[in-house]
Amino acid sequence: MSVTIQLSVNRRSVTAEVSPDTLLSHLLREQLRLTGTHIGCDTSSCGACTVHLDGRAVKSCTVLAAQAHGHEVTTIEGVTPADGSLHPMQAAFRSCHGLQCGFCTPGMVMAAIDLVTHREHATEEQIRTGLEGNLCRCTGYHNIVKAVAQAAKAMGR
Amino acid sequence: MSAARAPLIGQSVERKEDYRFVTGAGQYTDDIVLPQQSYAYFLRSPHAHARIRAIDVAPARAAPGVLAVFTGKDLAGVGGLPCGWLIKSLDGTPMKEPKHPVIAEDRVRHVGDQVALVVADTAAEAKAAAALIEVDYEMLPAVVDTATAASNPARVHDIAPDNVCYTWGIGDKAAVDAAFAKADHITRLSLVNNRLIPNAIEPRAANAHYSRADDSYTLYVANQNPHVERLLMTAFVLGLPEHKVRVIAPDVGGGFGSKIYLYAEETALVWAAKRVGRPIKWTAERSESFLTDAHGRDHVSKAELALDRSGRFLALRVHTTANLGAYLSTFGSSIPTILHATLLAGQYATAAIYCEVQAVFTNTAPVDAYRGAGRPEATYLLERIVEQAARELKIDPAELRRRNFIRKFPYNTPVGLTYDTGDYEATLKRVLELADVKGFPARKAASAQRGLLRGIGYSCYIEACGIAPSAIAGALGARAGLFEAGEVRVHPTGKVTVFTGSHSHGQGHETTFAQVVADRLGLALDDVDIQHGDTGKVLFGMGTYGSRSLAVGGSAIVKAVDKIIAKGRKIAAHLLEAGDADVEFANGEFRVVGTDRKKSFAEVALAAYVPHHYPLDRLEPGLNENAFYDPPNFTFPAGSYVCEVEVDPETGAVRVDRFTASDDFGNVVNPMIVEGQVHGGLAQGIGQALLEACVYNSDGQLLTGSYSDYAMPRADHLPAFRVETAKGTPCTHNPLGVKGCGEAGAIGSPPAVINAVLDALAERGITSIDMPATPYRVWQALQAARR
Amino acid sequence: MPALSYHRPTSLAEAARLAAGDPDARILAGGQSLLPAVKLGLLAPSAFIDLAGLGELQGIRADGKGVTIGAMTSHAAVAASKEVRARIPALSALAAGIGDPQVRNRGTIGGSVANSDPAADYPAAVLALNATIRTSARTLAADAFFTGLFATALEPGELIAAIDFPATAQAAYAKFPQPASRFALVGVFVARASGGVRVAVTGAGPCVFRVTALEQALGKSFTPQACDGVRVAAETLNTDIHGSAAYRAHLIPVLARRAVRQILG
Repeated sequence: MSVTIQLSVNRRSVTAEVSPDTLLSHLLREQLRLTGTHIGCDTSSCGACTVHLDGRAVKSCTVLAAQAHGHEVTTIEGVTPADGSLHPMQAAFRSCHGLQCGFCTPGMVMAAIDLVTHREHATEEQIRTGLEGNLCRCTGYHNIVKAVAQAAKAMGR
Repeated sequence: MSAARAPLIGQSVERKEDYRFVTGAGQYTDDIVLPQQSYAYFLRSPHAHARIRAIDVAPARAAPGVLAVFTGKDLAGVGGLPCGWLIKSLDGTPMKEPKHPVIAEDRVRHVGDQVALVVADTAAEAKAAAALIEVDYEMLPAVVDTATAASNPARVHDIAPDNVCYTWGIGDKAAVDAAFAKADHITRLSLVNNRLIPNAIEPRAANAHYSRADDSYTLYVANQNPHVERLLMTAFVLGLPEHKVRVIAPDVGGGFGSKIYLYAEETALVWAAKRVGRPIKWTAERSESFLTDAHGRDHVSKAELALDRSGRFLALRVHTTANLGAYLSTFGSSIPTILHATLLAGQYATAAIYCEVQAVFTNTAPVDAYRGAGRPEATYLLERIVEQAARELKIDPAELRRRNFIRKFPYNTPVGLTYDTGDYEATLKRVLELADVKGFPARKAASAQRGLLRGIGYSCYIEACGIAPSAIAGALGARAGLFEAGEVRVHPTGKVTVFTGSHSHGQGHETTFAQVVADRLGLALDDVDIQHGDTGKVLFGMGTYGSRSLAVGGSAIVKAVDKIIAKGRKIAAHLLEAGDADVEFANGEFRVVGTDRKKSFAEVALAAYVPHHYPLDRLEPGLNENAFYDPPNFTFPAGSYVCEVEVDPETGAVRVDRFTASDDFGNVVNPMIVEGQVHGGLAQGIGQALLEACVYNSDGQLLTGSYSDYAMPRADHLPAFRVETAKGTPCTHNPLGVKGCGEAGAIGSPPAVINAVLDALAERGITSIDMPATPYRVWQALQAARR
Repeated sequence: MPALSYHRPTSLAEAARLAAGDPDARILAGGQSLLPAVKLGLLAPSAFIDLAGLGELQGIRADGKGVTIGAMTSHAAVAASKEVRARIPALSALAAGIGDPQVRNRGTIGGSVANSDPAADYPAAVLALNATIRTSARTLAADAFFTGLFATALEPGELIAAIDFPATAQAAYAKFPQPASRFALVGVFVARASGGVRVAVTGAGPCVFRVTALEQALGKSFTPQACDGVRVAAETLNTDIHGSAAYRAHLIPVLARRAVRQILG
């Protein structure tokens, strides 16, 4: 059995045929070829696959594509301005050296945007706990935390 | 470019590679889909040790979408995965080198050992078909425990009846024994260096393609050293012509050692790609990464330090049992020996050192280099025993270290290394200031008010980086050279592409190396592009590990740049109608000394490619140079760390409150990147000290096979770090004066953390604890101390 | 791969009918426990019955007596609810600490309670706060709901519709996380209401449970010190690499004391 779903991905309407057990991450990466969303684990622990579903951060490896039917999905590609500039969160990650290998980065950026959007004046401690759903093995999080704080200012939060 | 601009070297330039990473435009192996792509799944052993009586693959072959199923029988003619370092036992016999089959033949030797390869149209079909394979296993007893492997009657390999791969030693045993005989004080310590699972966030992945058109292979693989991968795979395992195999390591999501090695999976994929006739992709599930990525550490050691009355270190005696796992991984044999025992002098002028290492096979995943690779084990042992000696002798631990620092360079250690330079006093002094050690008693009192035990711990580490002088490595058993290669290609417009054998998977080479080249050629940063990770583009490379990239790979590039400048001077001299010796190069211009007659770098480049007015009689056209650089010595980064923890005596929970680092990396090209490397290393070291443990049960089942049981450091486990890179003592023997910074944090931090924990627990009578100091383990120690 | 189907019922009755008709079907609420189990092959359902279309299971209703939380209300929504915070601040805080932010955005109270994971947080609140579980068929008292490891009093085809929590100002949840999974190694929820003190423990045993000895001690004297003399038997508690039964037994009064201290401010 396959399911026909219709959803918005990065503000474009998408219709797709998926199996009931197709994960949103699989739909994004394999069918839509949006490979900025990464898969780092199989236990919903690492957060590399984080995207926004109706504006809130979710682990796309733990959402069925069918569950996204009728909803709005935004991936890292969708927050990237088309003119070659960067979203303030992306810019802050770059200027604070909040990334090294880059593999966790899209998920981290998506989680951080949600964090900053939904929590004003986050303290360092709140940023750290707010990122507990995302693993980074390179940075020791030090510069990620700095980046999120810097982006929060730039985003007027 | 004419006016002199501020040098790029020493500036925290934003990374050139970051746009693609922050926008999700990086291309990692799993992102690549080739035309006619097919997918692989490996059936793995559920048992730690078993004989394979029979395998029935027929149901899998008949399953939907399946293209092929291969077992060890199909790969009978294929060689084993090689080990790159020959270690000899004390009696002169070579280490035991059992075959490491690409797919298990008659026996499986660890949980996760690959038993069959299924190739199908989709990954899901391959996995579903693999579940249909029936394997008849005859269970065998498993050898798991490191300390007792050698006395376990069960055998991992028939050629090693006592499970010992080698018993190796270094140092002057007699001198050590003599020093102990006259010692005023002996400090003794037994410890375990806990086994770790590397956990780069990108799982290993490979995609192998065979082209009938030119009988060639292309392998995309998440790997730290594509040329080494190709050389080992073609020459030692598959017997393929090296020049017909192209290995591309595209963007790689972290390595930490675990992606150095030639693994079975990509080897099997290359082998199968021709037989299947379609490109085959495999991406590890995280569960597979836990089971099959080469693990790290896993030492059980006994150490004794002999001191005189004044606290001077007379001698150090160490015995280490090191777990190599079920098979020898690519560099597995060298880690507990060459990269461990040679570092046991640390920063100290200990007169005599003897270390013996017994390396054992067990029915666990292979063990190899993980960030620091042997050096963290040495540092942990040494800095623990030094701190314990200080406590026993009631000498301030910083002062005890200071009394024993090496102060004259070059310094020949009793364990085979020659330190070229260093200033250990400087980093120790600085870290004590930065960490506000003077304020510790007040902080301890404040913690006590809240019912918490505060402790402070030190660690003064040294590492041997810039791996490695080939001649020295060869004398010690390396089966490879450890130089690096670089190529500088100047385009007709004066823009530059640099090709380096140093793969970048987070280290920022695309920026740092460009800073170096742009400075030397007087170019803008944007005019220099760094290419790496493709045997089809890069002339050669030994890869990225051992904090070697800038020291060795960067030096190769500098050599090539210097050749470019030398040739450019000749071209410019011709264009300027001057003698070669009269032309100097600075700030991107070739100038006749003492005149204003000059040619820009771009003009010279253009002349090289449009050689109308050109000294063709003595110079070739074009401007492109290669260089190979083999370092004359290791580099010796060193530093001092201070950690402060709070222990909750009710729950056993340990919180790192402050962590302060002062490192001497010699010259620094990009301070932002260097500090970032230290941050990452600290997180891994603190992770080892407090959180991470790879645990097998006595049957060889991995109990920590997912992030639900293997505790990874998360943002809220860690404090903000205080990291400072000292002005430092530049390396004396490479052109950049750099030493390497990638592993320092992971090497120096575990003993600082544990020393702090033990300092906190000292008032409860606890003198020793093993890593990771989890709440449960700390609570157990507290309970035991109460009895 | 077994043929799998996906249903999106539009009423609770339809969902219950679908569930009753297929014992191998799984109810999909937030999916934060179900989907990881399916991915790892621990579960192979015949169908997903997705409750996302049931508006009647969404949202939080509050009155003077307490709050009623629809089964499909996310942890994030509970944590953000002013009504919940005003009436049961401890429940609000507990919801804000479940899993991680991404999990809280998807995971639901109904899913968590129905799953009865031995280390989940919500069961401790449901039990300690003496909540009432409203299902598609009946109402159940918390004391009758959790029956064992991943087991509840729910019959096949019976779904949670909502949970009623009585307003309880004097309550707190103290969680000691397992270092890797961050689930509760031990979590202790202490609630003090007119009916007395209830102490529910998660993470330590096969299923959430109450600790009578602590309840009695705190009933006599609602002070942190009252917890100190209480010994919790370790025999029925969990042992794993992260902690022995004895360690968990030790942590229970320690965490209860911290919860009480928090309640007393």
